[in-house]
Amino acid sequence: MNRQQLLDLYFMEARSKLIDLAAFLDRIDRGEGSADFRFDAFKRALGELAKGEPQRAKNVLLSLSDPTTEPIERSPGKGAVGAYPNTEAK
Amino acid sequence: MRYIEPHAHMVSRTTDDYEAMITAGCAAVCEPAFWAGFDRSGVQGFYDYFCQLTDYEPKRAAKYALPHFCWLCINPKESEDMVLADEVLSIIPYFLDRPTVLGIGEIGLNKNTRNELKVLERHIDLAAKHDQLILVHTPHLEDKLKGTKLIVDALKADSRIKPERVIIDHVEEHTVDLVLDAGFWAGITLYPESKVNAARAVDIIEHADVHRIWMNSACDWGHSVPLAVPRAAAELRKRGHSAEAIDGLIFGNPQRFLGQSPRFKTA
Repeated sequence: MNRQQLLDLYFMEARSKLIDLAAFLDRIDRGEGSADFRFDAFKRALGELAKGEPQRAKNVLLSLSDPTTEPIERSPGKGAVGAYPNTEAK
Repeated sequence: MRYIEPHAHMVSRTTDDYEAMITAGCAAVCEPAFWAGFDRSGVQGFYDYFCQLTDYEPKRAAKYALPHFCWLCINPKESEDMVLADEVLSIIPYFLDRPTVLGIGEIGLNKNTRNELKVLERHIDLAAKHDQLILVHTPHLEDKLKGTKLIVDALKADSRIKPERVIIDHVEEHTVDLVLDAGFWAGITLYPESKVNAARAVDIIEHADVHRIWMNSACDWGHSVPLAVPRAAAELRKRGHSAEAIDGLIFGNPQRFLGQSPRFKTA
């Protein structure tokens, strides 16, 4: 599909998600107290969008990933939280 | 349209879902063993679950003329308890001869722990000893990249494992090449939240080796969509893919992988 066709197909949905993102950031700003590591990780991942590189989705996912390579000793629980505390160590 | 749902946890779904799936063209459904949403209290719970997967659920699906197959394992979410894991591993061989069992799965990692990795290696050994197909679950979110690398390394470390008989599921943009470049099949899980949506799935398909990819809903007891595969087919159609190409992706590919088991058949 050409760019015009892709815009016709996805622009409104992407526009809506963009506003959702903006509203989320505003909501966090208005909240009281401090944010945990997830907010910093989120903002770092947002930076991937502005770089203009062709693999933004991949780079956002990499930005939010655990960069370590060794298995951990014990499971801290069953769930994942969506970001890694020490991504700046990459 | 016809399609195969290669990964769905139907024991958690209603008969309305079966009705909707066959109406949409589902020709077979495959159900990997899964975490129940709570930890089972012992090996007897797994025995009962394996009976449900190999006996009761195929009968329930048959009421809708839908062939139902399954995969057996202890899910990585319950693999921290090595004693329980070994007990469950010991009963799996008793079920492997049942006529709708396709292989070992969905094994893998959850939080990438040492115990999870040991249990994964024991499942790989079990599959190799019994010449079984393997279906692998990769961790979610921040754990996926590391987990996928550990899983690929564990599989490649066992020379008995043929990559073409292994599918590594839940790939995303940052892991699909890791899986395909190592010779394995890749599964894209379509979810209403937290995993890949239909538009992203089509993006991945348009930039990867489409011949070793399947799509699945992995519908379970959580927020999920049993018709995710036919909805992704609609997305492919909107994006200009031909009917033949779509059929190849949602029917031909899973049939080719699953057909490595002589037990697999479609309606």
